[in-house]
Amino acid sequence: MIAFFLILIPLATGLLSFLIKEEKTAKAFALLSSLATLAVSLLGLTLMKTGNYLHFSAPWMSSLGSSFTLQLDGAGQVLCLLTAVAYPLVLLGTWQATYKNAQQFFGLMLLAQAGMMGVFLAADALLFYFFWELALIPMYFLSSIWGGERRIPVTFKFFIYTFAGSLLMLTGIIYLQAQTADQSFSIASFYNLELSGKEQSWIFWLFFVAFAIKMPVFPLHTWQPDTYEQAPTATTMILSGVMVKMGLLGLIRWLMPVLPLASFQWGDRVMIFAIIGIVYASLIAIRQNDLKRLIAYSSIAHIGLMCAALFAENNSGTQGVMIQLFNHGINIIGLWIIVEIIERRYGTRKISELGGLAQQAPVMTIFFVIIALANIALPLTNGFAGEFLMFNGLLQAKSNFAVAYTVVAGLGIILAAVYTLNMIRNTFYGEAVVLRAPVTDLKLNETIALSLIVILILWLGIYPQSMLDLTEQFSREWMNKIDVSHLFRK
Amino acid sequence: MNNALQIVYLIPLLPLLGFLINGLGRNYLSKTLIGLIGSGSILGSFILSIWVFLQVKDGNTHVAEYFNFIAIDNLVIPFALKIDALSSIFLLIITGVGFLIHVYSTSYMHEEKPAHFGRYFAYLNLFVFSMLLLVMGANFVILFIGWEGVGLCSYLLIGFWFKKQEYNKAANKAFIMNRIGDLAFLVAIFWIITRAQSVSFDQVFAVAKGEVAGRSFSGFDISVITLLLFIGATGKSAQIPLYTWLPDAMAGPTPVSALIHAATMVTAGIYMIARSNELYSLDAAELTRNIITYTGLATALLAATIALKQNDIKKVLAYSTVSQLGFMFLALGTGAYVAAVFHVMTHAFFKALMFLGSGSVIHAMGGEQDIRQMGGLGKKMKITFWTFVIGCVAIAGVFPFSGFFSKDAILLSAFEKSPVLYGVALFTALLTAFYMFRLLFITFTGKFRGTEEQAHHLHESPLAMTLPLIILAVLSFAGGFVGIPAVFAKGADRLGDFLKPVVASLPHAHAVSHSTEYTLMGLSTVLVLGSIIAAWVVYRNYQQKGATGFAKVLENKWYVDELYENVIVKPLHTFGGILKNIVDPKVVDGLVNGAGRLVNYGSRQLRLLQSGQVGSYVLLMVLSMVLIFGIQFFLRK
Repeated sequence: MIAFFLILIPLATGLLSFLIKEEKTAKAFALLSSLATLAVSLLGLTLMKTGNYLHFSAPWMSSLGSSFTLQLDGAGQVLCLLTAVAYPLVLLGTWQATYKNAQQFFGLMLLAQAGMMGVFLAADALLFYFFWELALIPMYFLSSIWGGERRIPVTFKFFIYTFAGSLLMLTGIIYLQAQTADQSFSIASFYNLELSGKEQSWIFWLFFVAFAIKMPVFPLHTWQPDTYEQAPTATTMILSGVMVKMGLLGLIRWLMPVLPLASFQWGDRVMIFAIIGIVYASLIAIRQNDLKRLIAYSSIAHIGLMCAALFAENNSGTQGVMIQLFNHGINIIGLWIIVEIIERRYGTRKISELGGLAQQAPVMTIFFVIIALANIALPLTNGFAGEFLMFNGLLQAKSNFAVAYTVVAGLGIILAAVYTLNMIRNTFYGEAVVLRAPVTDLKLNETIALSLIVILILWLGIYPQSMLDLTEQFSREWMNKIDVSHLFRK
Repeated sequence: MNNALQIVYLIPLLPLLGFLINGLGRNYLSKTLIGLIGSGSILGSFILSIWVFLQVKDGNTHVAEYFNFIAIDNLVIPFALKIDALSSIFLLIITGVGFLIHVYSTSYMHEEKPAHFGRYFAYLNLFVFSMLLLVMGANFVILFIGWEGVGLCSYLLIGFWFKKQEYNKAANKAFIMNRIGDLAFLVAIFWIITRAQSVSFDQVFAVAKGEVAGRSFSGFDISVITLLLFIGATGKSAQIPLYTWLPDAMAGPTPVSALIHAATMVTAGIYMIARSNELYSLDAAELTRNIITYTGLATALLAATIALKQNDIKKVLAYSTVSQLGFMFLALGTGAYVAAVFHVMTHAFFKALMFLGSGSVIHAMGGEQDIRQMGGLGKKMKITFWTFVIGCVAIAGVFPFSGFFSKDAILLSAFEKSPVLYGVALFTALLTAFYMFRLLFITFTGKFRGTEEQAHHLHESPLAMTLPLIILAVLSFAGGFVGIPAVFAKGADRLGDFLKPVVASLPHAHAVSHSTEYTLMGLSTVLVLGSIIAAWVVYRNYQQKGATGFAKVLENKWYVDELYENVIVKPLHTFGGILKNIVDPKVVDGLVNGAGRLVNYGSRQLRLLQSGQVGSYVLLMVLSMVLIFGIQFFLRK
């Protein structure tokens, strides 16, 4: 039931939102809706131990072998919590932003939330695909209507790119459904498939490309910096904080356990690309002058690490990814909130035109520094436990090059410090740039949103085990599903 | 046994509370209150540290576990603190010297606005917290948390005056160079986890000794792990090749240089290796030990030569610190762990003393740091001068000052390994005496060379600054008496006996006879006195002149910074630019756009009624449905 409400609330309120006339009302309505979703998600956490009331199933297109089945497992809990936490933060953090036709804007935002929740919860492949698209379409409209100057070509590319991926995935899904014993789209049937290595080997790419575009992983990332730059910031926050996790969830739930042989077979190659991507994106980030693009490339590096750690196929790497799914989302939303504030007040997000903000806005600076440090995984911030486990996972990967992977990916740690500290230095430190109107520090709503983020950062930094416990069982079962070593022993 | 020791968490917790109160209340608290909270929290930790010291005096150890930081499957990393002889020594140094420096800072930083004054003490308390965590951690991960924490505080304090971009650059450099070392440290931890399935010191060392069934390190593992840990140490403890951040770190307020960049943080690498001495003492680690020996010695020599020609009072002290840290690594490499820890202690006293003394000078000179503009200060600042003299005598290693005993222990250990090592180390020690007394004479004797205004302004510093100087001077003098070598009196090496349960130095193949030991001591004493006299002859009436030839190379620090800039930083920067401006938009995205154009062309041919973005969507949707049914159709058959 919980799973159903997690989708129903944003879906229903999202549709209702279109009927609202006033902008302020629409905004408040969206915030209320997101808080309700958050409450349900928290309720889901408390029910986790008992396992009751979490899942949901109803008949749906049974002639096609599909059903409306949702399940809220460990990974689902983490991602739904992220989605549920992200929305109130985004709405609070950007409360001052104004939109034309606000009711439509917030309606679409909520519909996207419903779509993402569905992706994280679906236990039926067709349903998964349905929600995958449901999440994408509102994002497309949000970016192309409320975006920046170059929004039309950029969003078009974003849409076509991800949609092309989706089609490949759909082809894969339908092919797999045909192979199942009971002609069913249910996840259990997919997990029971016993495909030959050869078959798995090519189907793998249908799925992987779709997910890799979404994450994105080098070299399929070029839609991302443009889109993050052009989309309205609230949308970018959701895109980068939550939506990219759809790709990772896809790998975790729909690719690696379904095609374990191929995942093992191609794992090395995927890791190489992901790790090249870490260094590549970090080097580009060092040279970025635009705050949004810098954070976009930084995100590519971080996601690359998560992708590589998954294919290390061990418990440490997986648990690291699980906790990082949440951390990365929270941290990047925090960064965007501040970038949005800077852009709104100073009229630019070019690093070269900024400087000395610390003197005018010390509180904002402190928040930014803490979040940025969490982004580079300083111990006692949330990023540390995740990256520690992921790097540990990389070194223990069953590959001849595990050490090389770890070291090269580890260069990302150093490069991340370079671009992050330079960004802080050039934006916040130094002499204040002249010719700027006196600027006030944070507003109350921004302070609340950022404080919540910092509390989460410290909480998960000091006691990461609280989050690791959520996915402990999931990771163990997942490891069993993707384990192919028994096949070699035969 | 000692359940009372479970409360050792209070030692790091007090500074953490100080950090929170001062950090959050910096706009509301008065400077006096901020100073009291900042210093008081450290004093509290110091008192607790004395208590802990008394508890572990008889060789007790205690591991206090609080909660699981990370626990997945068989990898369990508890949040645990370990108390033993080694950590208790460091606790005393950190909180003791730390407290003096906090007191000193209340006066030194008094010009700052209250908010910045509060920020300063918050950072300083956070630093002490992290440093305490570092030396109290019962496993490599907690140690690493403290390790990164001190790095962060170092970064924040170097860039404390954040309006100056030059300072911020120095702060970034420090953090980034440390991160290079940290990567090696992390990989070492992961390597340990693969083999030992644990990160706790007790467990890992037990595995290393072969006491745990089913888990072991191969010789190769030991070499790799010890080497990686050492690389980590070269970052934090400023050794070749990662030492260049430390001199730049002098951009921070002077008490910070005293506490972080001389007395405590930079010795973290020595602590870490001394803590892991059971790994480093293994036969398989011999290669690593040799690398440590030569790296330490080379760093000591290189930094000493640079210190000969520096004109910034703090830069001289900074290179001196790098050089002294090199001595400590030399000791570690030869297996003389106790000597290294001994030198950490005495160095903390006399180097903190000299940094604080330089702060007193800079304070009196109105911010001037160039010793060429000073001279004759001894007459105006008697306490600063005489305490500085004691510091110089101690670092030069004149009997019976503290530096004599600790440096002697290192030199002896070098001699036992090889007379050549001893020769180079002794030469470096002579350079040390020479450049320190050069600094002393140029600054405090001769004629004053500053401006009229500065001359008028010259004054001795207030009590809050001179009192710490006096206390540290006493310690610099007497601190060596805890480790009197056996040759003078049997059983007087109390430090060695105290540390024995935790840190056992490697036995040497060629232990020297007492007569040789006396000869070596006599030799070094005579030569040190000689080089002090030489410095007096050359610099007592210092006249300013430009450096030429080789002196210029030294003044420019062997151009190592320029080398790094041109060989590493700039090429990476250029490469990043190529990726950003050419590869990413033209090559990677070019391929994507090419594919897109192809599709676009195709869809234009197929376009029926709709136009615009929504239309293309619908079109694609239809196409996809066709595709689905097509596939379904063929597969169903």
